[in-house]
Amino acid sequence: MKVEGVKLIREDGLRHDGRRPEDLRPIRMEVGVLSNADGSALVEFGRTRVLAAVYGPREPPQKFMLLPDRAILRVRYHMAPFSTSDRKSPAPSRREIELSKVIREALEPVVLTKQFPRTAIDVFIEVLQADGGTRTTGVTAASLALADAGIPMKALVGGVAVGKVEGVLVLDIDEVEDSMGEADMPVAGAPDLGLITMLQLNGVMTEEEFQKALDMAWDAIKRIVDMEKEVLRRKYNVGGDSK
Amino acid sequence: MSVTPFRLPVVASLRKEAIEELLARGLRIDGVRDPFTPRNVRVELGVVEKAEGSALVRLGNTQVMAGVKMDVGAPFRDTPDQGVLTVHAEFVPLASPLFEPGPPDENAIELARVVDRSLREIGAVDLGQLVIRPGEKVWVVWVDLYILDHDGNLFDASMLAAMAALLDARMPYYEEIETGDVIVDRSVKTEERLPIRHRVVTVTVAKIGRNLAVDPNFEEESVSDVRLVYALDEAGRIVGIQKSGEGALRREEVLRALEMAKRAAPVYFKALEEALTPAGSGASG
Repeated sequence: MKVEGVKLIREDGLRHDGRRPEDLRPIRMEVGVLSNADGSALVEFGRTRVLAAVYGPREPPQKFMLLPDRAILRVRYHMAPFSTSDRKSPAPSRREIELSKVIREALEPVVLTKQFPRTAIDVFIEVLQADGGTRTTGVTAASLALADAGIPMKALVGGVAVGKVEGVLVLDIDEVEDSMGEADMPVAGAPDLGLITMLQLNGVMTEEEFQKALDMAWDAIKRIVDMEKEVLRRKYNVGGDSK
Repeated sequence: MSVTPFRLPVVASLRKEAIEELLARGLRIDGVRDPFTPRNVRVELGVVEKAEGSALVRLGNTQVMAGVKMDVGAPFRDTPDQGVLTVHAEFVPLASPLFEPGPPDENAIELARVVDRSLREIGAVDLGQLVIRPGEKVWVVWVDLYILDHDGNLFDASMLAAMAALLDARMPYYEEIETGDVIVDRSVKTEERLPIRHRVVTVTVAKIGRNLAVDPNFEEESVSDVRLVYALDEAGRIVGIQKSGEGALRREEVLRALEMAKRAAPVYFKALEEALTPAGSGASG
C-alpha cells in the first residue's frame, strides 16, 4: 500500500495517527472465542486483528513426526485473502512460511512439551486484518490460546514491533509506518522468565538505536503480558489472586 | 505449517557435554579457535563462467556457491524506477544427509529471506541504476544460493557467497531494437560491474549451554538451541537481525552477541576484499 503525502512524524512530534512515539495502539484481547478449538483467542492491536486457535495435545495424522520425549509444536501463520488492501492469495507465501517458523520458535521456549511425549500441539493463527505488527499480534494471540487450552507453560509470551520512522524510534508500528519507515523490529518474549523468544530486524539501526528499541519493546511486552494475565483471570474468575 | 524438527541428528550426550565444557573454558570442539573467531574462510570468484557473477565460499568445511543471473523484466508496480532483486536458496541433497530433494523447506526460505533483507534494507545493490526504461523494463537480478556441503552456519557462508557473487557480476550486453524490445546478447562480455553501494556480511552467534560462540560448526549447531544472526555493514551499522532456533536469549546475551558479531565481521570483510584484489595486483595482505 502506498500512501502519498503522509507525514510520519508531525510538527508537534506526534505520529500520523496522533500517538506519541512510545504509545501502543488500543489493544483488545478476548479468549475462548471459538467453540471447537481446545483454546482460542482474538487479539487486536489497533486495526490489526488476529485469531489464534490451539488443538491438542493430540495425535497428528502423520505419526512419523512424533518425538519420544516431548510434544511437537505445529504452527501455521496465515493471512486471510481479505486481510490486506490487495487480495492475498490463500496459498502460503514464502513470508508466511518464514513467519510460521519464527512464531513457532517464539513459543517453543515456554511450552512444557516434555509433559506430552508422542503428541502434537497445533497452533493456528489467522490474520483477519493486517495493519502492521501481525506476527507479534499473532504470538500474543497464540500465547493466550495456549493458556486457554490449558497447555502447561513456563510463562506467557507477548510481542510488539518497534519501528524507526523519520529517524524516530516508535512503538507498535502500523502498516503505514512499516511500509514508509526505515526499520521494523518485531520482538517477543516472556518477561516472567526474562527471555527474548523472537527478535528480527528489517531495516537499518545504529547500535544505540537498537539498544533503545529493544528496551522500548521489552517495557511494552511487560504491559502486554500483564493484559494477557488480566484477560485470563477474568475468564477463569480468579480475580482475587492478582499478586 | 512449521513443525518442531524431528529429523535432527542425535548427538551423544557425552559429546554435547564436551562441547559445552570446552566452550566454558573458551575453547572449541573443532580445534584451535576461541569463541570469537570464525573458521578459516576462503572466497573464490568467477567459478561459473556462464553466470553474470559467481562465488564459492568455504567456511571451514561448509561450502556455499552463489550465482548471479540477470534478465530484462518488468519492475514491480510500486517501484517503477527500480530494478528487481531476488534471492533463492537451494539446500541441495548432496550437501547433507539431512537434506531431501524437493521444494525449499522453511529453513531454505528463512535463509534466502534473511540474505535478501540484509541486502535490500540498506540498498546494497543500487536498484535505481538497474532501470532500462522506467515503468517498463528493468534488470531482474537473481541471486541463487547453492548449499554444497553443510558443516554448520549456512547463514554467514551464504551471505558472503551472495555478496561476493554480486561484487563479481558484470552487466550483460543488450541492444534496444526498433520494436522497443530489449535483446540481451550474452556472447558479448562487458566489464561494467553491477552497481554495489554497500558491502554487508552476517555474523551468526550461537548459544551453546550457557555460552556464546561465533560461527558454529554443524556439531555445535546441533547442540545449540538458539542462534542470533546479525547483518552488519562496513560502518558497523546493524542492517538486519534474525533469531533462529527453539531457544531464547536474555537481553545481556543479545547485546553480548552483538559485540561478538562486530568483532568477527572484519574477518569476513577481509576475505571478501582478498578475493576482489588477487595476489600480485598491488594490494598487500
